[in-house]
Amino acid sequence: MRSFWNTWRRPLKGIWVSIWGGLMMMPAMAMAAGGGKVEQMVIVADTRGLPPWEAWWANLYNESHVYFTIVTVILIPVIGVIFGSIADFFMAMIGIDLKSRDLAEH
Amino acid sequence: MDWMYVFMPIAGVYIFWPGLIILGIGVGVIGGFFGMGGAWMVTPGLNILGFPMAFAIGTDIAHMAGKSLISTMRHGKFGNVDYKLGLIMLVGTIVGFEVGAQMVMWLERLGNVEKVVRWIYLVLLILIAWMVFHDVSKRKQKEREAAQQGKQVDALTTGIEWHKTFHKIKIPPMVHLNVAGIYCSAWLPITVSFLTGWLAGILGIGGGLIRMPSLIYFIGCPTHVAVGTDLFEVAISGLYGAATYTYKGRTELVAAIIMLIGAAVGAQVGSVATKYIKGYGIRIAFGIAVIACAVSILLKLLAKFYPAYAALLDNSATVVILGTVGLLSLYIIVAFVIGARKELQAKKARA
Repeated sequence: MRSFWNTWRRPLKGIWVSIWGGLMMMPAMAMAAGGGKVEQMVIVADTRGLPPWEAWWANLYNESHVYFTIVTVILIPVIGVIFGSIADFFMAMIGIDLKSRDLAEH
Repeated sequence: MDWMYVFMPIAGVYIFWPGLIILGIGVGVIGGFFGMGGAWMVTPGLNILGFPMAFAIGTDIAHMAGKSLISTMRHGKFGNVDYKLGLIMLVGTIVGFEVGAQMVMWLERLGNVEKVVRWIYLVLLILIAWMVFHDVSKRKQKEREAAQQGKQVDALTTGIEWHKTFHKIKIPPMVHLNVAGIYCSAWLPITVSFLTGWLAGILGIGGGLIRMPSLIYFIGCPTHVAVGTDLFEVAISGLYGAATYTYKGRTELVAAIIMLIGAAVGAQVGSVATKYIKGYGIRIAFGIAVIACAVSILLKLLAKFYPAYAALLDNSATVVILGTVGLLSLYIIVAFVIGARKELQAKKARA
């Protein structure tokens, strides 16, 4: 086993480093693979006749998908955690042990 | 009854909001219990509620990210998440998914791949269902043999033990996965996640349905750790998916938030329910979910072959999926209530 390790350590480490390097490069590779030949379908939200907050929301979507994405990526985990914590609170209030469980089976 | 409908400012449609919450609770419960995102359940549900298909997938992924985060946190507190394993697998999953997605684009240029993909999906689901029920029957056989000898089978005994063979492969670097209780070559989780990611990329699914049984049967994770670790991956990939779909303008955030209200609560119930159901109970219920998914895919395939019955077969596929979601979530909720009641009674008796 030791001789195997001595022989293969360098090449295996190389492969290991390449994988991590490849992963770091992945966004660039994905962009490159995207090409740009396919025409993107653009969806525009109709803001006519919407109440103020809905109009603001739809305008945010129309004006910048980047801002809209940032808002989404922040809101989704935050709202999830808030409602999850509320459920947690009620389950803990009932008396359910939420910190441990018996691990007795596979 | 107008108040029961909410306007979706981006998609421009009115949606029955209690339906979104109920759907959210259902998939939240199932997702937290089985450790998967559940896109195969949500997308037809959203479509029925009146969502244009272009928004159904993005909205589903957005709510999935939040729901899986909650479930991961809960499973993490129970000690069901092997973060080291999850991070190692993330490498293989991302690379595999990209390779699979590129392969589909390449196949698309050659011709229509939709049918081929559906057939692959169907075969894969049948294989997973066979694996689960073969495992269950082998374990039962071991229990019977032990009972004949007047013994009891060890709680950690499994039916299928393929992972033991894979653990014999000692290609460095070796890793200790303490939460899962595994010592194996790092190449094992990387290879398994690459293959599951590749398949998910080809099939256009999140991959929880394939990754969860792979974690159990190929890597050797206990069922609960497989569920928790898979959810950790779904949470990360879901957030990435939510960002890309939203950037492409395909997410109806209002609907995702309404669904998330139900899903966050459901995910907590599903995660806590794993406390009260043994590993093999989870595996059997998972096998049933896989069979339902396979039946719905088969119905959709038949709809292509028999256009005269297409509407009937497509609707039946949706009924099978939503019926399974309803029944499984009911089973999990009932198990949760019974388990919680027993736990509280035991606490009272001790006090």
